[in-house]
Amino acid sequence: MQTLLQFTIDVLSLGGAYALMALGLVIVYGILKLVNFAYGELIMVAGYGLFLMNGSGLPWLVMAAVAVLIAVVTGVLTEYAAFRPVRAKSVTAVLITSFAFSTILQNAALLFISPRPRNVPLPDLFSQTVAFGGILIPARNLITIVASIGLLLLFAFLMKRTVLGIAMRAAATQFRMARMLGVPANLIISTAFAISGFFAGVVSLLWIGRIGSVTPGVGLEPLLVAFIATVIGGMRSLQGAVLGGFLLAFINTALNYLLTQDLLQFRDAFTFTLVILILLWRPEGLIRGPATGQRT
Amino acid sequence: MKPGNILTLVILLGLVALLVLVPQLVGSRVVERIATALAISLVLVVGLQTFTGNSGILSFAHVGFMGIGAYASAVLTIPVQMRGMALPDLYGVLAQIQVTPLVGIALGGVVAALVAALVAYPLMRLSDAPAVITSFALLVVIYTVLQHWSAVTNGPRTLFGLPKATTLPLTAAIASVVIVVALAFKESRTGLLLRASRDDERAAAALGAGIPALRWRAFILSALIAGIGGALWGHFVTSFSPKAFYLKETFVILGMLVIGGMNTVTGAVIGAFLISLLFEGLRALETALNASGVFANQVVGVTEIVLALAMMAVMFLQPGGLFAATEIGPLILRRFTRRAPP
Repeated sequence: MQTLLQFTIDVLSLGGAYALMALGLVIVYGILKLVNFAYGELIMVAGYGLFLMNGSGLPWLVMAAVAVLIAVVTGVLTEYAAFRPVRAKSVTAVLITSFAFSTILQNAALLFISPRPRNVPLPDLFSQTVAFGGILIPARNLITIVASIGLLLLFAFLMKRTVLGIAMRAAATQFRMARMLGVPANLIISTAFAISGFFAGVVSLLWIGRIGSVTPGVGLEPLLVAFIATVIGGMRSLQGAVLGGFLLAFINTALNYLLTQDLLQFRDAFTFTLVILILLWRPEGLIRGPATGQRT
Repeated sequence: MKPGNILTLVILLGLVALLVLVPQLVGSRVVERIATALAISLVLVVGLQTFTGNSGILSFAHVGFMGIGAYASAVLTIPVQMRGMALPDLYGVLAQIQVTPLVGIALGGVVAALVAALVAYPLMRLSDAPAVITSFALLVVIYTVLQHWSAVTNGPRTLFGLPKATTLPLTAAIASVVIVVALAFKESRTGLLLRASRDDERAAAALGAGIPALRWRAFILSALIAGIGGALWGHFVTSFSPKAFYLKETFVILGMLVIGGMNTVTGAVIGAFLISLLFEGLRALETALNASGVFANQVVGVTEIVLALAMMAVMFLQPGGLFAATEIGPLILRRFTRRAPP
């Protein structure tokens, strides 16, 4: 019973973070049908934002807000630097430019800060534990669950009920038609990148809150998680991304419980094998989403 | 064979021959090392072109197969008396087998091709972004395995003791063969169908092209070449760790292909030449900067930043790369046979 509770909380907290990561990637993919390889660097940038504000004396929440803002700005910047000039020309070109942009950001961090891990300021709450139902739960796991579920609900509301959300969903379904009906394309795309950056910023707080420090390569694992979660869930569907995030967390946590120590180091390989099996069964992902794939 | 293709072959092989001749004339060891590294890059980039260029799907896993080839050859060629030190936990049967480096290089390619054949079949059904993403994940998986399978790879630590067997003439010869194979594959039935699927997947499928099987063949060929390239590289540097086969190397190889133009073998060759030379220049600059002590910290990563900017510039100005669609042979012929524009 206690193991079950522990397991559920592990899956939920990891899954919440994974779902946010996947959502941030898929919001851009849904509209542009283009993958943002620099997504992981948004997480890194927010982490370094926190590091640079270390010792500034600001309350942590203000620092966190500024870090998220940095991620949002970098997200919009990615759109201008890597996407806008080539997005109408070729899919491969955008993959390359975003990969190149990600390399630039990473190496800039290497060059101007340091290749070594840097500690980021975190509130005490992140290192406390809560006793509940006979088990000890790190408070940061509960924060992750609450934050991710809250954000997912807010995001669902935004997409279903507001004009902006409806316009974005229209753009994701039939971009050309949406433009003809007066949806401003550039504004929608920039907004998608801003939302993507916002998710990356929040993920950064939660993710780096787990690790406690930031390195130039810190964005790789979240990027990979987002990639795999969206491919399992279905690249075109927002629900799919959330489902994929939780499913991947379930697989990972289950493997953590099941595998012995020497097999555990190969966990990524096991996870990926499962992903291949899922793709064999459903190449489109679990949830198909809107059928069309028109780009600008 | 069409005259254009012959001309392409002559020019590209001429470039490789030049690569062997120049160090001979200059007579410098450093130049020879640079030329050898360039020839290895040629093998890798042209190998990547056989899959990515013809199918239109970016493959990030290529460098992973390079790693598999390097490690396979290493396990088979490290002298038996040194095995105890280099790979103490190697399995009984493997520990006793020793082959010559040439056989090791060939087997490195075969092992990489076998792994590719096994894991890639389901992935070849994917197109566009999901295909790219899964190839990226495949790279991570190969890296994870290389890093943790201590018995065979010595874990994340450096593996040493490979016999030094990669010479410039050998590498140049293999690079020439690879260029011929890549051009032949491109013009073959499989290559033609695959290129049709690249340009319009639905139309090609409707005309009866079995796209997953076509891609699968190209992927295996590409992995075979990557494995050989990796083994060559292994016998060139003689000691390496799994870190060598990860994102940094991927970025360089991909940069070469993309800047040159991934749809043509010419592009792959020219890209490898241009970026290798640019890299050598930048690395020298970086070393000089570090030695002069102008900056307080070590200057790292400038090379990558410049390459990234170059990649972005080429993508903005000419999304298909320098040689976007036509090989150099037909390009030259077209210029000199003045025909009235259609």
